[in-house]
Amino acid sequence: MRDAYLSALHRLAGENKDVLALISDNGAIVYDRFRRDFPEQYFNYGISEANMVASAAGLASCGKLPFAYTITNFLTMRAFEFIRNDVCLQEMNVKLVGTGAGFSYSTLGPTHHGTEDIALMRVLPNITIVCPASPRETYKATLACAALVGPTYLRLGTSKEPEIYENDYDFVIGKGIVLKEGTDATIIATGSITHDALAAAEELQKNGVSVKVVNIHTIKPIDTGLIVECARTTGAIITLEEHNINGGLGGAVAETLLDNGCNPVFMRMGLIDNFCTGYGSRPDVKKMNGLSPDHIIAKIREAIAQKRLRNSKAQ
Amino acid sequence: MKNIERLKEIAAKIRKELFITVYKGGGGHIGGALSSVEIMTALYFGNILKYDSTHPDNADRDRFILSKGHSSTLLYTVLANAGFITRDELRTYGKPDTRLGGHPKINDVPGIEATTGALGHGICFATGIALAGKIDKKNRRTYVLLGDGECQEGSVWEAALFAAHQKLGNLTAIVDYNKLQAMDRLDNIVKLDSLADKWKSFGWDVAETPGHDIEKLLDALDVNRPFDGAPRVVIAHTIKGKGISFMENQPLWHYRLPDMEELKIVMAELEISNEELS
Repeated sequence: MRDAYLSALHRLAGENKDVLALISDNGAIVYDRFRRDFPEQYFNYGISEANMVASAAGLASCGKLPFAYTITNFLTMRAFEFIRNDVCLQEMNVKLVGTGAGFSYSTLGPTHHGTEDIALMRVLPNITIVCPASPRETYKATLACAALVGPTYLRLGTSKEPEIYENDYDFVIGKGIVLKEGTDATIIATGSITHDALAAAEELQKNGVSVKVVNIHTIKPIDTGLIVECARTTGAIITLEEHNINGGLGGAVAETLLDNGCNPVFMRMGLIDNFCTGYGSRPDVKKMNGLSPDHIIAKIREAIAQKRLRNSKAQ
Repeated sequence: MKNIERLKEIAAKIRKELFITVYKGGGGHIGGALSSVEIMTALYFGNILKYDSTHPDNADRDRFILSKGHSSTLLYTVLANAGFITRDELRTYGKPDTRLGGHPKINDVPGIEATTGALGHGICFATGIALAGKIDKKNRRTYVLLGDGECQEGSVWEAALFAAHQKLGNLTAIVDYNKLQAMDRLDNIVKLDSLADKWKSFGWDVAETPGHDIEKLLDALDVNRPFDGAPRVVIAHTIKGKGISFMENQPLWHYRLPDMEELKIVMAELEISNEELS
């Protein structure tokens, strides 16, 4: 994802000299090409996220298009009030880019796991939140965020996320994507764990279970129409995210359902009001925190069973 | 010399109008606003800040950022005197439907360059404006006014390091060094010993000056400094509550309205008539 982001940023910087890459001393080698080709559009702020974010707002107030990039937690938590007051309240055209979403920094522990950032950003007025699911989507999302005037938060993983799109497709901010059709339940995912949702659904398909898979790459504004349609047609919704279920995708979908009078069987997968535990590879950490493909399959089966029970009682 | 006398008259007028604005508006951070009157007068009326109030969005204007946003009443009073807003509008401060709040908000009022109020933000925002000016090779300057208590915020020093490293000579910070914060003297809360040395060690070009002496302030705000190089900080030694005897150097007057007895003293000292307060 990081490479796809930088590839898109490189293209944008070449097209528009007002595009600036701001970093907070992370991204070592990955920025080398950008620095070489656009040295005057690159600024390392050092380890000072608050200043970087407010300074980005100042740059934007003068017509610059700054992309302020650092690890999700340091960006959204350390600099939260600066994002709120300087970027969102002033409606500055600042592109906030967080890397290390979810458990991307698997072995680095919970200080580096971005598991509350969506909730923090989602509560802020005027911001658009995009969590791409794959490298290809990251490239498209970066260009789309650049084209959108206003504060955006782009939530990225790191370097090893699998691709989920074989072919080119249309990416529109605010429009979720149906990756697989299905009738028994819908799994709604965001970020790179969407890959696991798809794999789980394909595994279940082999056993005759039909699961719809939806990629909600834009958390805000969320695709209300698609979510409501999934609830009405499949009757069971499971949300999946590498994030706390409180205030994240699960919270956003729950609000959308209730606000629109939907009452499907509803289950949220993510961190259940706790911090990520354990170390290891990303799949290891997912497994230790109840988010392995097997866990996903089990949860989908549980939701479908509940739906059947509910339907049988209704009859 | 004549010019200085004119500026002193403007400062006296602003101090008086500031008090009337706060009093009629039902309250405001009066002490710190009074301590910045001469600084703001020098900036806006001493040919330091380049602006055109009839074209407030001119891209080549200098920018002023009130990092100590709680002195908004002073900024509004100055903007009224500089022609950005009318005196009728100034009188709406604190009233329902006003555009003038207790902290300044960008886009609400012409001449306001940043939404401030949370301390330690304005100077960070200003580094971006200054950097944009440097990237575009524009001969425009950015001025940012900080409180001394505000210098307890870590983000101020993040901005200070960055501005020096980027050689933002087009950036000038002014610290209203009145030695008081909301609850007490800084020395009794968290002291800022050797403030000039602190800024100097962060790579800034430091000018220390009495903060109510307009002539000295004008020298310190030197508009002929190079645009590239060390940013400048003017440490202006001021008196919180300046100009109203019982408010001077009293932490109590950080945010407070005078009672009727105190009001009589203010009216006598600032030469305010009954009509002006009605």
